[in-house]
Amino acid sequence: MAERTVIPFGPHHPVLPEPIHLDLVIEDEKVVEAIPQIGFIHRGLEKLVEKRDYKSYVYITERICGICAFGHSLGYSETIEALMEIEVPPRALGLRVVWHELSRVHSHLLWLGLLADAFGFENLFMQCWRLRERVLDIFERTTGGRVILSACNVGGVNHDIADDELKGIVEVLEGMMREYKVLCKTFLKDKSVASRLRGVGILTKEEAEGFGVVGPFARASGIAEDIRMFGYGGYGFLESFEPVVSDECDGYGRCKVRADEVFQSINIIKEIVQKMPSGEVMIKVKGSPAAGSRAVMRFEQPRGECFYYAKGNGTKFLERFRIRTPTFMNVAGMAHTLQGCDLADVPLNILTIDPCISCAER
Amino acid sequence: MGYIITGMALKNLFSKPVTKRYPHEPIVYTERTRGHVYNDMEKCIICSICEKACPAGALGVDKEARTWTIDRFSCVQCGACVRSCPPKAQSLIMKPEYAPVATKMTSEVFTKPEDSLED
Ligand code: SF4
Ligand code: SF4
Repeated sequence: MAERTVIPFGPHHPVLPEPIHLDLVIEDEKVVEAIPQIGFIHRGLEKLVEKRDYKSYVYITERICGICAFGHSLGYSETIEALMEIEVPPRALGLRVVWHELSRVHSHLLWLGLLADAFGFENLFMQCWRLRERVLDIFERTTGGRVILSACNVGGVNHDIADDELKGIVEVLEGMMREYKVLCKTFLKDKSVASRLRGVGILTKEEAEGFGVVGPFARASGIAEDIRMFGYGGYGFLESFEPVVSDECDGYGRCKVRADEVFQSINIIKEIVQKMPSGEVMIKVKGSPAAGSRAVMRFEQPRGECFYYAKGNGTKFLERFRIRTPTFMNVAGMAHTLQGCDLADVPLNILTIDPCISCAER
Repeated sequence: MGYIITGMALKNLFSKPVTKRYPHEPIVYTERTRGHVYNDMEKCIICSICEKACPAGALGVDKEARTWTIDRFSCVQCGACVRSCPPKAQSLIMKPEYAPVATKMTSEVFTKPEDSLED
């Protein structure tokens, strides 16, 4: 039997700017076991609810993660709205869906770019990020920020988007879709891409259920689970919603699910824009969450299901606040997929779950 | 499949660059772009609502000295102060502009001019 060696991976590694550490137990060139360790950038954001009132705290939730910033502000606002039983204007719900889906488009394009970069396809990486830039431009035009949008708040959204502008957004997205289709072909049909992704990091459906993985990672293992199908918030306006599922169970499946979700998101935006209700976008919120009131909220981030819990105590500060982010759920499944893979495939394999360590550590 | 990428590369050879030649080409900001916060002290009524709304604690309002102070290093440019400023004052604006690199950690103080005291 070959001798076993332990190779440390991270917390600084070129493939991933975020700090996660893995102890890779190696036998020859194969990984026998991967032991993850997180906790390098814990910021104690959940504890901060005791220092910031519930209206200001939304600006902190936005800073949990840079890529799904809007999603976190949406999740927080909807949790507090459930806690205080606030009725949000329907137009605000519609606009939230538009921004949330735009975030998904930009997050998935970012990930596809990073994936291309990880297997050394620089050109593809640049093309993905070139397309992504247009979404950021839409963000800047409609909210004033490119990354941290500050658009969502308890009681509605801070900015309205005029109907003409909404149509303009759809036009931009349609133009993007045409160019994206070409890129998609490269991701899904190219032989060199497939040779890096197919059969790498297999997680079967049973294992995925066992580890409780969420989001595109789970959907690529054949689990048809997407919180958007329960129609929370503005997703109730949609005619129907079918999660994108693939049963390839490997890196290629994960790439395919995310690549197809970009089309799905663009179609959701188109549908919502058509059905966009008119009226106010923000209502005045008065009072504080009642003592002992509790609310939970689940919503779908680009990386998977996110869970929020809040408890009020009668003051403007919350008693307890808890977030469970998608990457937190996916780390165990990821460590499992690393078992038995080649050392050279480890970075790519970690990337295929789209890890967001800042999210996971809050 | 290589043809797709080759085609793109050829197209790129004969088209304008996607990136801007900043700083030779100025950046066009949108109407809503959030930048530095400025206070038009003529209109400000020194009510200190913005101070309470600021999540970063970057603002200080002194009613006695009639000053409005912003700590630029603390400000996260969220725009909460601008939205909280009462409708009759509306004195805050966020100007997106190129600011020179800060070399010292200082606060910027705006003082309300004497002649607008009666408001
Ligand atoms: S923009 Fe935000 S952080 Fe900056 S002063 Fe205004 S409220 Fe405070
Ligand atoms: S800037 Fe606006 S909110 Fe702040 S003290 Fe002046 S009037 Fe009041």
